[in-house]
Amino acid sequence: MIPAQFDYVRPPALADALRILKEREGEAKVLSGGYSLLPLLKLRMAQPALLVDIRDLDGLDRIVETAEELRIGGRATHRAIHEDATVTARYPLLRDAAGGIGDPQVRNWGTIGGSCAHADPSADWPAVLIAARGSLVCRSADGERTVPARAFFLDTFQTAIEPTELLTEVRVPRPGDRSGGAYAKIERKAGDFATAAAAVQLSLADDGTIAEAGVGLAAVAETAFAATDAEAVLRGGTPTEELFRRAAQAAAAQSRPAADGHGPVDYKRAMAAEMTLRALRRAVARARGAT
Amino acid sequence: MTTQHVRVTVNGQPREADVEPRLLLAHLLRDAFGLTGTHVGCDTSHCGACTVIFDGRSAKSCTVLAVQANGAEVTTIEGLEQGGKLHPLQQAFWDQHGLQCGFCTPGMIMESTWLLGQNPDPTEAEIREGISGNLCRCTGYVNIVKAVQQAAAELRAAGAGTAEQASVAAGGR
Repeated sequence: MIPAQFDYVRPPALADALRILKEREGEAKVLSGGYSLLPLLKLRMAQPALLVDIRDLDGLDRIVETAEELRIGGRATHRAIHEDATVTARYPLLRDAAGGIGDPQVRNWGTIGGSCAHADPSADWPAVLIAARGSLVCRSADGERTVPARAFFLDTFQTAIEPTELLTEVRVPRPGDRSGGAYAKIERKAGDFATAAAAVQLSLADDGTIAEAGVGLAAVAETAFAATDAEAVLRGGTPTEELFRRAAQAAAAQSRPAADGHGPVDYKRAMAAEMTLRALRRAVARARGAT
Repeated sequence: MTTQHVRVTVNGQPREADVEPRLLLAHLLRDAFGLTGTHVGCDTSHCGACTVIFDGRSAKSCTVLAVQANGAEVTTIEGLEQGGKLHPLQQAFWDQHGLQCGFCTPGMIMESTWLLGQNPDPTEAEIREGISGNLCRCTGYVNIVKAVQQAAAELRAAGAGTAEQASVAAGGR
């Protein structure tokens, strides 16, 4: 398969990239790792006039923790995130997800910014960022804005990012004490996109009840979404198997899967419930101190 | 659309070509440079037959543009054999019959060189995970896993595992 023709530039600095995106508004697409964009170009689902390769831009692959949050550069690869010491120590939800994306070659090159900007409904990062109540930093030549993940993923391959903007950073709040996160995914075969997946990030109160819970689902709607009904079931509840099952049912009921090669609607709903259940069990165990 | 001039170090040799920006690295290697050991299987980023080492990381060369490789170092299957002596992974695929039709073999071997560079002593599960981006429709993977195990043991025994694989992974010869 051969992509349609396009021009290609590899600007040396962020300011150059942003200027080009502004000058060529609507004609240009940002090329990061390429593992989402190139397949799209080959299928001719996208035919941009210009690709702006961000490979040479300094600082976009940094992973830095501040007192409040983890800041992941948009060009950080799935592998770099998975192997990062801070992620390994304190962000098990991110580590779970990063290690299971695609296959080793995809993780070597695919980036968190590319995956989020592409917004495949079955992608892993959108559900993770929704559960973790993360945010995405969109930079243009005219300034910068931070968009909550829950307002970023709008529809299949549709996000809040503007054509003149570059996704420079992803931010995830630093989990407090007695917090836990987990990601559970079912796929047809190794390296496949999810049939259903659930991301959970929660914290326990001093009395052992669930203080706050975020639940994001992937692959079971037109885009990743927050399972807000499940979150309402969990909030303030005592973390028991019975509560987990009620939350899982609420998550499945809120899903809107479409039948396709991965399975029929009923099966996907059942898997959305099961993945939510598994992620909840592991997240609570981790909040209680398990690794 | 104008063509662009790319310079790539392939298996230690400087190569260059004028290419359309849409040309894939796999086709640059095969058609412009005549290195047909890199196979194009699925063309959809799934099968891994086109795997090469691109600036130190394994990559599916059907999912990389030739222009992205400008200034980069690439190692292909042709870069492994040295002075008529097969690389331990090539020899191990031969010894263990880690193939039937052989179409996936260049990608399997290139991914395995990268895997052993990262992890010189992988478990069977780690090998299977490590080649999970490479599809074989003939063997059921049993002999492929055996071949990677043999090569890993040989490279460790030779004490050269880390150095040699690091060199390959870095695109050197």
